[in-house]
Amino acid sequence: MTHPANPLADALLAAKLLLAAPTRLRGMVLRGSGPARDVVLDYLRQHATTRRLPPHIDEARLLGGVDIAASLTAGKPVMQSGLLAEMAGGVLIAPMAERMGDALAGRLAQAMDGAADFALVLLDDGVEADERPPAALMDRVAFHCDLSGVTSLDIAPADTTLFAGAGAAEDCLLPLANVATALGIDSVRALLFAQSAAAAHAAVAGREDVVQDDVAAAARLVLAPRATRLPPPPAQDEGEEAPPPPPESGEDAGDTDRDALSEIPEDVILEAALAAIPPDVLEMIAGNAKQRRASGGGSGKRTKSKLRGKLLGARPGMPRDGARLALIDTLRAAVPFQELRRRERRNGTGFTALQVRKEDLRIHRFEERAASVTVFCVDASGSAAAARLAEAKGAVELILAQAYVKRSEVALIAFRKEGAELLLPPTRSLTRARRALAGLPGGGGTPLASGLALARELGATIASRGNTPFLVFLTDGSANIAADGTPGRKQAGEDAEAAAKAIASSRLDAVVIDISPRPRPDARKLAETMRARYLPLPVADAQSLSKVIMAAQPESAAA
Amino acid sequence: MSRFPFSAIVGQDEMKLALLIAAVDPAVGGVMVFGDRGTGKSTAARALAALLPPIPIADGCRYGCTPDQAGTCPDPCTSTRARKSPVPFVDLPLGATEDRVLGALDLEKALRSGEKAFEPGLLAKAHRGFLYIDEINLLEDHLVDLLLDVAASGENVVEREGLSIRHRARFVLIGSGNPEEGELRPQLLDRFGLSVEVRTPKDIPSRVEIMRRCAAQEADATAFAAEWAEEEGKILKQIARGQKKVASLTVPDDVLTDAAELCAAVGADGLRGELTLMRAAKALAALRGAKAVRREHLVDVAPLALRHRLRRDVLDETGSTVRIERAIAELFG
Repeated sequence: MTHPANPLADALLAAKLLLAAPTRLRGMVLRGSGPARDVVLDYLRQHATTRRLPPHIDEARLLGGVDIAASLTAGKPVMQSGLLAEMAGGVLIAPMAERMGDALAGRLAQAMDGAADFALVLLDDGVEADERPPAALMDRVAFHCDLSGVTSLDIAPADTTLFAGAGAAEDCLLPLANVATALGIDSVRALLFAQSAAAAHAAVAGREDVVQDDVAAAARLVLAPRATRLPPPPAQDEGEEAPPPPPESGEDAGDTDRDALSEIPEDVILEAALAAIPPDVLEMIAGNAKQRRASGGGSGKRTKSKLRGKLLGARPGMPRDGARLALIDTLRAAVPFQELRRRERRNGTGFTALQVRKEDLRIHRFEERAASVTVFCVDASGSAAAARLAEAKGAVELILAQAYVKRSEVALIAFRKEGAELLLPPTRSLTRARRALAGLPGGGGTPLASGLALARELGATIASRGNTPFLVFLTDGSANIAADGTPGRKQAGEDAEAAAKAIASSRLDAVVIDISPRPRPDARKLAETMRARYLPLPVADAQSLSKVIMAAQPESAAA
Repeated sequence: MSRFPFSAIVGQDEMKLALLIAAVDPAVGGVMVFGDRGTGKSTAARALAALLPPIPIADGCRYGCTPDQAGTCPDPCTSTRARKSPVPFVDLPLGATEDRVLGALDLEKALRSGEKAFEPGLLAKAHRGFLYIDEINLLEDHLVDLLLDVAASGENVVEREGLSIRHRARFVLIGSGNPEEGELRPQLLDRFGLSVEVRTPKDIPSRVEIMRRCAAQEADATAFAAEWAEEEGKILKQIARGQKKVASLTVPDDVLTDAAELCAAVGADGLRGELTLMRAAKALAALRGAKAVRREHLVDVAPLALRHRLRRDVLDETGSTVRIERAIAELFG
C-alpha cells in the first residue's frame, strides 16, 4: 500500500481543522520526532496560544487546589488555579506522550470528557509499534498523524484563513459510517470526529455544505489511521446486509441518505482513506496485533516508591503526585524550630500554635515489589515441531492460566525458519496470549541465535521498565541457522553461544527446557553458557512441565 | 455540558437494562461493562444519573445525608433544611490515589491549626449515586479491592493517620474495561452483580442515527432534550414503579428451583450467582410491572447475572453468553 502522498501536508491540514473546531475535534497525535513535526508545531504556535504540559506535572497544578507551600508561608490558604483551567481555548502540547503515566492520562481523559476548553496535541516519540500514547487519549483526539517517515519539508505554506461556523453535515453521515465499518472501526467517537472534521473542512474552505472533498479529507485524516482491518475487495453495494435495524431509525434514514449517497460516492472516499493508512497499521493488521503502548508509569515501576508498598521511612518532600505526608515525621522536623519561628513571626500577623514550613514536610517512602514478566521463547523449528511443540504449547497454556490468577504478565517469542518473532508483547490478557499461541506454526530451521537475542532484548526492555523478566526457553539447543539468517551449523552454533553469553552478562534469570526426544548435550551446554537452569524433560505431560517452570521461577515462588 | 438523554441512546439494550435494574434495586450489586473504547459506556451511565430525579440532602452536608439522617455523619451536619441535589455521578480517574478515593486527613487544617479534620473523598461524594470507573482492569488491585468492599458494605471505614472515621457510602458501582487489555481477577469479577457486553451497533443505519442524534444534541441541546422529554418521562415512571413494587414481590418456589438448576447447569461458582440472579429477576419483574416473578424474567437476566461467574476454561473458546444460552435452551426448552 502506498504511503500517503504527503503526511506533512495532511498533518498541517489536520492542525488547521483542529484550530477551527477545537472543542469538537479535541486534539491530535503527532508521531515521529523531527523537523516535520516542528513545522506543524510552529503552525500551531502561530495561530493559537500553546502551553507545554510537563510530564511530571502534579495533580494540584493540573487541576488546581491548595498551594501547600504558599499556604504555609502566608499562614492562610492560598489557592492555585490549574493548568487546564488556564488553557481557555488554547492548545496543550504533551511531549513524550508515549511515556505518559496512567494517572496523568486518566485525568486528561476525564477533563476531555467534560467541558474542557483546550485542544490536546500528543507528541509521540515512540519508535516501536507498541510504543504509543495512552489508548484512552488516542481515542479522544480526532487526528492521528504519523510524520516519522517524512523526509522532505517542501510543501506550500498553508494558508492561514480560518472561517467560523460549521457546514451542514447531514449528507456525510452515511458514507462515513460505511467507511468506518469497512475499516473495522468500532469507536463511535471516531465517527463523531469524522463528522466534525468534515464539517470543519467545509467551513475552512468557506463552504456552507459538506461536499465529497470534505468527506474524503475526514476519512483520510480521522478514519484511516484507526483502521483495524482492510475492507473486503470492492464490488460491495450499498444494499449491504444490515442486521436488525434499530426501531427508531427507520423512518427518516431512507430518503435523505439515498440522495446523499448519490452525491458522495463512497468508493472514492474509501480510496482516499486507504491511501492514507500508514504502513505500520498495515503491519499490525497483518500481525493481527492490537495497538499496545509501553506500559505506563514513566520510567516504570521503581522498587523504591512513594506511593505504595512496604514502609521504608520518610524523606523530605512535598505531598503531591500521590506521595503521602508522613505527619509524625513532619511534626518532628518542625518542633525544634518552633521557638525561633515564633520569635520571627511575633511582630507579624499570624501566630499559630504550631509553625510548619515547607522544608519540614516529610513524605512516606515505600518499597514496592516489581511485577514479574515471564517471556516464553519457543523453538518452533521443524525438529522441535516434530518432537514436542504440541507439548510445549500445552505447558505454556497452563502457565498462562497460572499467570492469569497471579496477575503476572507473559510474553511470547517464537523462532523458526530465518529468524525470531515477538508474537505477543508483555500482556496480562489471557485472551490474546491464547490466540497468539494457537496461531504458532511449526517447521523450518532453528535460528537459535536470533531467538536468544530477541529474548535478551525483550528482557532488557522489561527490566528497564522496572519489572522483573524471567526467560523460559523451550528448545533442543541445536542451532542450524546463523544470526544473519543463513544456514550453516557451525556459524549458527557460534552465534548462539555468543547470544547466550550476552544473556549471562545481562544477568537475566532464565531456564532452558530441553524439548528434544532424549536429552542431548546441546541444550545443557546452552543453559550453562547463559547461566540458566537446565531442565531436561524426557517424557512429560504439560502438567508436570508447568510445575517444573513454576518451581524454577524465583519471583513466583515468593509472590 | 448538557447530558445526552438516556432514551436517545441508540442500541445498547443490554447495558440500559442492567442500569435500570441497578436503579430499581441497588442491592443487586455493581455493573461490569465489557467493551471497546468509544462505545458509549459512560454516556449511558451518565445519562441515567442525570435522568433520575434530584435527591433531598441535608443542607451543607458533605456526606450526602438525607434530611432525616442529619447529624449522623462524621461532620456532623446540623441543618434541618433540605436541599435538592442531582443524583451524584462520580468518575474515578485511573490514577486516583487511595487518599482521594477514601478521603484523608485535611492537610491544610492539620498543619495550620493542628486540627484533626477529615477531608471526604470520592466515596463520600458518590453516596446515593453512581461511581463510574473506566478501565477498571487497569486500576491498581488494592484500589479495586477497596472499592468493591465499600460497595458491598455500603460503608466507608477509614482507620489511618490517627483518624477513625466511618460514613455511609451506598452507590451503584459501574466498572468498564476491555478484556483485550488485561483482565480482572475472577474473585473481583464475581463481586459485580451484573455484567454486560457493549458493542457499537454494526449496522449502518444505527451508526448514522448515532451521528445524527449527536449532531442534533450538539447543535441545540435544549431542543434535543425537549424532543426526548416524553420518552425520558416514561422511563422515570417505569423506574419509580419498579422501586415501589420490588419490595413487595415474592419469588415463587418453582422459579427458585429454576434458578438453582440453571446455576448448576452452567457451573457458576459460588452462591452469589444464584442470589444475584434472583434479585435481578425480581427487579426486572418490578420494572415491567409484573405481578409475580416468572421464568421469563429469570431467563432474560440470566446472561447479565451469570456471564462473568463461569469458570474459565483455558482451552475452551466458547463465549460465556453462548454457554448460558445453551443451558437455558436445554433446561427450559
